[in-house]
Amino acid sequence: MTKPVASGTASVEKEPSMQAQKELLAGYFAGLARAREERRPVVYTFVPGNLVELMTAFDVAPVYPEVNALQSAMRQRSSGFIREAERSGHSEDVCSYVKCDLGMLAKGNVGPTGESIPPPDLLLLSFTGCFTFMKWFELLREEYKCEVAMLHVPYVGDGVVTDAMRAYVVEQLQREVIPKLEKVTGRRLDLDRLRELLVRSRRAEEDLAAVFRAARHRPSPIDAYFGGVYYIGPIFTSFRGSEDACRYYAQLRGEVEARMAAGHGPITPDGTLTEEKYRLVIEGPPNWTSFRDFWKIFYDEGAVAVASTYTQVGGSYERGFRHDPSRPLESLADYCLSCYTNLPLPQRSQILADMVRDYEADGFVIHSVKSCNSFSAGQLHMLREVERLTGVPGGFIESDLVDARYYGQANIKNRVESYLQMLGARRADASLRAPVAAVADRPRYHLPVVTP
Amino acid sequence: MTSPMTTPAAPAQTVDELVEELEARFDDLDLGRIRAWKAAAPGRIAVGCLPVFAPREVIWAAGALPVFVRGGGDRIETIRGDAFYQSYICHLPRSTLELGLLGHLDALDGLIFPNTCDVVRNLSGVWQGTFPQHFVRFIDPPQSAEPASAAAYLHHELTAMYRDLCARTGREPAPDHLVRAIGEYGEAMRAATELSDARRARPWDLPIDEVYLLRRAADQLPPLEWAALCRAYLAAAYRRGNKPEDRVRVCLVGAFCEQPPRPLLRAAEKAGCYVVDDDLTVGVEPGGPAPDLAVDGDPMAAIVHAWLRATRPSAVRFDEHASAGRALVARVHACGADGVLFAAPSFCDPALLDQPRLTRVLDAEGIPYTAFKYAENTGQFQAIREQAGTFADSVKLWGTA
Amino acid sequence: MKLHLGVDLGSTTSKAVLVDADERVVGRGITNTRANYDVAVEIARREALTDARLAQAVTLLGADAGSVTEAFWITADLLRLEALRRICRGAASALPGEGPRLAPAVDVILARIVDEAGSLFSAAARGRGSFFRDIVGARFHALAEEASTRAGLDFELVLGVYDRAILEAENQVIDAPFLDIFVAAVDRVGLEGARKDGAVAAGRAAARVELELVGFVGTGYGRARLPFPRDCIRSEILCHGLGAHAMLPRTRTVLDIGGQDTKAIQVDERGLVTSFQMNDRCAAGCGRYLGYIADELSLGLHELGPLALRSKRPSKITSTCTVFAGTEIRDLMSVGEKREDVLSGLHRAIITRAMSLLARSGGVFDELTFTGGVARNPAAVAALHEMVAAHYGPRVINVHHDSIYTGALGAALFAHRGVPADDLPDAKECHGCSA
Repeated sequence: MTKPVASGTASVEKEPSMQAQKELLAGYFAGLARAREERRPVVYTFVPGNLVELMTAFDVAPVYPEVNALQSAMRQRSSGFIREAERSGHSEDVCSYVKCDLGMLAKGNVGPTGESIPPPDLLLLSFTGCFTFMKWFELLREEYKCEVAMLHVPYVGDGVVTDAMRAYVVEQLQREVIPKLEKVTGRRLDLDRLRELLVRSRRAEEDLAAVFRAARHRPSPIDAYFGGVYYIGPIFTSFRGSEDACRYYAQLRGEVEARMAAGHGPITPDGTLTEEKYRLVIEGPPNWTSFRDFWKIFYDEGAVAVASTYTQVGGSYERGFRHDPSRPLESLADYCLSCYTNLPLPQRSQILADMVRDYEADGFVIHSVKSCNSFSAGQLHMLREVERLTGVPGGFIESDLVDARYYGQANIKNRVESYLQMLGARRADASLRAPVAAVADRPRYHLPVVTP
Repeated sequence: MTSPMTTPAAPAQTVDELVEELEARFDDLDLGRIRAWKAAAPGRIAVGCLPVFAPREVIWAAGALPVFVRGGGDRIETIRGDAFYQSYICHLPRSTLELGLLGHLDALDGLIFPNTCDVVRNLSGVWQGTFPQHFVRFIDPPQSAEPASAAAYLHHELTAMYRDLCARTGREPAPDHLVRAIGEYGEAMRAATELSDARRARPWDLPIDEVYLLRRAADQLPPLEWAALCRAYLAAAYRRGNKPEDRVRVCLVGAFCEQPPRPLLRAAEKAGCYVVDDDLTVGVEPGGPAPDLAVDGDPMAAIVHAWLRATRPSAVRFDEHASAGRALVARVHACGADGVLFAAPSFCDPALLDQPRLTRVLDAEGIPYTAFKYAENTGQFQAIREQAGTFADSVKLWGTA
Repeated sequence: MKLHLGVDLGSTTSKAVLVDADERVVGRGITNTRANYDVAVEIARREALTDARLAQAVTLLGADAGSVTEAFWITADLLRLEALRRICRGAASALPGEGPRLAPAVDVILARIVDEAGSLFSAAARGRGSFFRDIVGARFHALAEEASTRAGLDFELVLGVYDRAILEAENQVIDAPFLDIFVAAVDRVGLEGARKDGAVAAGRAAARVELELVGFVGTGYGRARLPFPRDCIRSEILCHGLGAHAMLPRTRTVLDIGGQDTKAIQVDERGLVTSFQMNDRCAAGCGRYLGYIADELSLGLHELGPLALRSKRPSKITSTCTVFAGTEIRDLMSVGEKREDVLSGLHRAIITRAMSLLARSGGVFDELTFTGGVARNPAAVAALHEMVAAHYGPRVINVHHDSIYTGALGAALFAHRGVPADDLPDAKECHGCSA
C-alpha cells in the first residue's frame, strides 16, 4: 500500500522557522499577560484591517480575538466557550468566533496558552471585510465599558477602490482612530516611527510573497493552506513591522527556497509529502477544531494546496500589495481596503481562477464555513463561476471555524476523496478503454450459453 | 420651507376595497404596476433597492422610482435561487434570486445594494454575474462615528449615484429635483407618522396585516400617491369603530430585512397581541428628522445630514453611543407597549447578535419579552401562536413574561 | 469465467454485482442484514456468485427457466428457515421457566411458514425487494399473535424467541452445494422425464464452471473504515454516477435519495462525474423521514406513496425535519387536513429539498435518473416530474427497477476497467477475495 507521505519517522522533522514561529506566538501571549504590569495600553482589533504598524508606533499591546478563538479551538477549548455563550442567550445560528470569545470572557478570560488576556483600553473596530465585527465589538464594549474607535472601510462593491474611499478611510484615521490612540496612550503619533515600521513591513511582505510564489514550482515545497496558516501568523498579527518578523520571514524564505531547489514537497504532521498527486487551490478558512484531521484527509491522498485565499485575509501580499512608507496613512487605507474579504465576489472568483492558472492547479476546493457569511454567502455561485472561467471542476465541502458540532470527519473525507477521485478519473480518461456498449436492460437470466 | 404639497385626493373607498387593492399590489410579483408607471412617461426607470436603507430622495430626484425588493416571502417556491447558497444563510437572498430567475424583476432597470450585512453585500456580486440586464450599484452608508468624514464620503457617493441615475433617465442632475423629492418624501413621512400614531392609538381599527400591506405599498409607490393612499386608508379605517380587545401591546423587533410571512403577523395578533410598533419596513419610514433645507441649504447636504442624525437605532448600523437598549425602552414607553416580541430570521447575524444586548436592558427595566425565529417561507405557525399566546397571558396575569 | 465484483455498503442494504469481461451483469446479491460489514459483504457476495451460477444453468431451460429460478431461491430460503427453526428451538429451550412450553409453539409457527414458503418467497416477493428477515418477521408476528391467544402464551415471549434467533439465522452461511439446491428446485417444480434430465444436466454444467474473481472494488458511504483493502475502495459518488449511466446511457444527472442522505450527481457522456452535491448531515428529506411518517400514521412504508397520490390539494409543509415530522403531521390533522393531503405535502417537501440539491449541483439535464429507495415511491416520482418540469422544462426522468444496484454496478465496472485512481494498484494484482 503506497502512501504519499514518508511514514515511519518517529519524530517529524521540524524546520527552524517552525520553532521560531512557535516561540514568537508564545512570546506574544506571555507579553500580553505582562501588559498591565508594564503599563502598556491594550487595544483589541481584527486581522483584516490590522493596523499593527500604527498600534506599534503608539506602543500598545494588540489583542486579536479571532486569533484567541482559533487558538482555543486548536487546543479543544472552543466547544466549552461556545456552550457558555449559548447558555447566556446567544443563538446557535450566529458566528462561532464571537461566541467562543464571549464564552472565554465569561469564564475568566484565560487565553489559549493558559495565560490571562488583559481587558482592552480601546476597541479598534476595523470594519472591513466582515459585518459581524461590528456586532462583536458592540458586545465587547458592553462587557468592558471602554472606548470604541470605529474605522469604517468601505466595501469595494463596484470593483474599484476610489479616491473617495481612500480619503474617507484616511480622514477617519486622522480624526477618529489616531486621536483615540493618542488619548489612550497619552502620546502623539510619531510619523517617522510609523514610516520605519512600514519599511520593515515591506521587507517581510516581500519575503512572504516569495514563499507563497514558491508553490508554483513542481512539486510545491509548501502547502499554501494548511502550512500557510502558520506562515501568516506573525505578519497578520502583532509582528508585522518588527525586526522579529523580518528575521522570521527571511529565515522561512531561505528554508522554502532550499526545499524548492531540492525538489522536496511540504512538511506535514506525518512527514514530508513525497508524491504530489493533486495540486489544489483552496478557498475559505480552515476548520480549527479538527485541523490536523482535516489536513490529513488531503495529504493522505497526495493533495497539496498550492494557493489559497484564506492566507490573504490579512493582506494580499502574494498578489502584490506592499505597505508604502512614503504615504503612510494612504497606505494603511489601501491595506484595509484590499483585504480579501473586502473584495466583491466577481473579483474573488477571478482571483481564484487566476491562481488555478498561475499555480497550475488540477482543481480547486471551496471550504464553506457556517459561521462566516462574509466568506461563505455566495460561494456556490463562485464555484460555478470559477469552473466556467477555468474549465476545471470544483469541490465543495462544509464545516465550521471553531464549533466542533459542525465538523463531520466522515462527511468531509467522503466529499474530498470523491472529488479527488473525480479529478483522477478525468485525468486518467485517456487511458480508459473506449466506452463499452451500454449494459442493456435485459432480464437477469438470459445469458449467452457457456460451454461446460 | 417648501410650499404645501398638493396631495392628489383619492376617491372615498371602503376599507375592504382599499385592502383588496393593497393585496393585489402585494401579490403582483411581476411588478405589473411598475411597468405601467414606467410606460406612462418617457425616460422613467425603476431601481430595485435591497433592505435596509436606500437613498430614496436621490433616486426619485433623478426620475427613477425606488422599488424595495424584500424577497419572495411565502409567495414563491425557491429552487434555483437555493442553488447559490448552502445552509446556515438566511432565506432572503435565495428568494430574491428566484424572483430574478423567474423574470419577476424584469421591470427593474437596476438594483442598489446597501451594506446591510455580509449576505446582502455579497449578493451584489452574485447579482452582477447573474443578471447582466440590470445595472448594479453598491452603497456603503457610513458607519463612522466621525461626522465630518462620514458626511464628506456620503455626499460624494450620493452625488455620484445621482449623476449616474440622471444619465440613465436623461434628466439634469440639478438641485431643484432634489428639493422637490425631499418635499415629496417629507409628505410621505408625515403620512407614515400619522399611520403609526393611529396604530398606537387604535390598533383595534387597524389590524397589523392591513397596516403592513399599506407600508409594503410604500415600497413601490411614488411618495405623494402613497401619502394619499395612506390617508384614505386611515379615514376609512377610523370609520370602522371596532371595540378594543383585551390584548397585550407589543413592539416587534428584529424583522427588518427578511420579512415574516403575513400569517405569522396575524397569528401573533390572534394569539392576544396588538403589534403597536415594529421595524418591518424600516427604510420607508422616518428614522429621524427629515432633511432640513433651512439648516443645510444644499439639498444633498440636507439628505446626508438627515442620515447622520437618524435617531432610530438599527441592528445594521453601528450603535455609536451604546444606546440601542435605552432607545428600545424609550420606544416601548412611547407607544404604551407592555412588552417586546423579538422575531428574527434564522441565521440573521445582525438581529440575533443584537438580542442579548437588548434583552439585558429590558431585564433591567422589568419589561417582559419573548423571542422566536422564522423564515420568510415558514408555513407552520402553531408554535408561534402558542408562544405569543403564553406570553400575552402571562403579561396580562402577572405583568411579566 | 473471469468476473469483476463490485460491492456497495449502503446504510440499510449491502449489494454485490458481478460483471463479466464484456461488462454484462452476470449476478447480483443483496442483503439487509444488521450484522457487521464484513458479514454483510460476505452474504451479498455469495448471493451474487450463486446468482451467476444459477443464471448459467437456467439459460438452457427455455420455458422452465422462470419456475426453476423461483424454486431455487425458495429452496435456499427453506434451508435458511431450517436453520432458523434449529436456532429457535435452542433459544426457546434455553429460556428459564416458560422455555419448554414455547419451543413447540414456535416450531409450529415456523412449520406453517415452511408450508407457505412457496408464496412467501415467490418471485413476486423477491421482485418487490422483500428480504428474508422482513418476510419471515411479518408472518411470524401474525401467526404468533394467533398462537399466543389460542395457547395462552405470552406473545412478547414468543416474539422474543424469534428476535433472538433471527440475527444469527439471516447471517448463516448456507453451505449446501449449488447442485443439491438446484436439483431440489427442479424437483420442487415437478419436472419429469427428458425435461428433468436436461435441467439437471444444465445444473451440473453450471456447478462445474469456474467463477474466478479477478477484480474487486468496494464502495459505501463515509464510514471511518470500510472492510476493504484501501486500494480497492472507490468513492460511492463515482460508482453511483457510473452505474446509473451504465444502466441508462443517456443519463446526465442522477438524483439518489437513500435512507439517510441525498446525492445530486452530474455525469458526462462517459459516465464520469463532473460535479456533485450531497446532503448528508441530517436525514431530513431522506428515506428515513418517510419511515418516521409511516410509523406516525401506522402505515406500511409502501402504502405512503399510493395514498399520497389520491390527494387533490397537497398541504403546505415547510419542514422536512424528522424531529418535528410527527408534530407537524399531528398539527395539520388536528386542524382538519386530510391524511392524503398531508402525505402529498410531505412528499412534495422531500422533493423540494432534492430540487435544491440538484440546483446546487448544476441543474437538471436530460436525462435525469432517479435512484434510491425513495425512487420506488410513486408519489415522490410524481412530485419530481412536476417540479422538474416547472423549474427546468421538459426532461426525461428515468426510474430503473434495479436502481438499488447502481452503486455496486459502478463499482464492478471500475473494477473491470482497472482505472487507476492514482493510488490504486493494477487490478490484476488484487487477490483479496475468494469465491
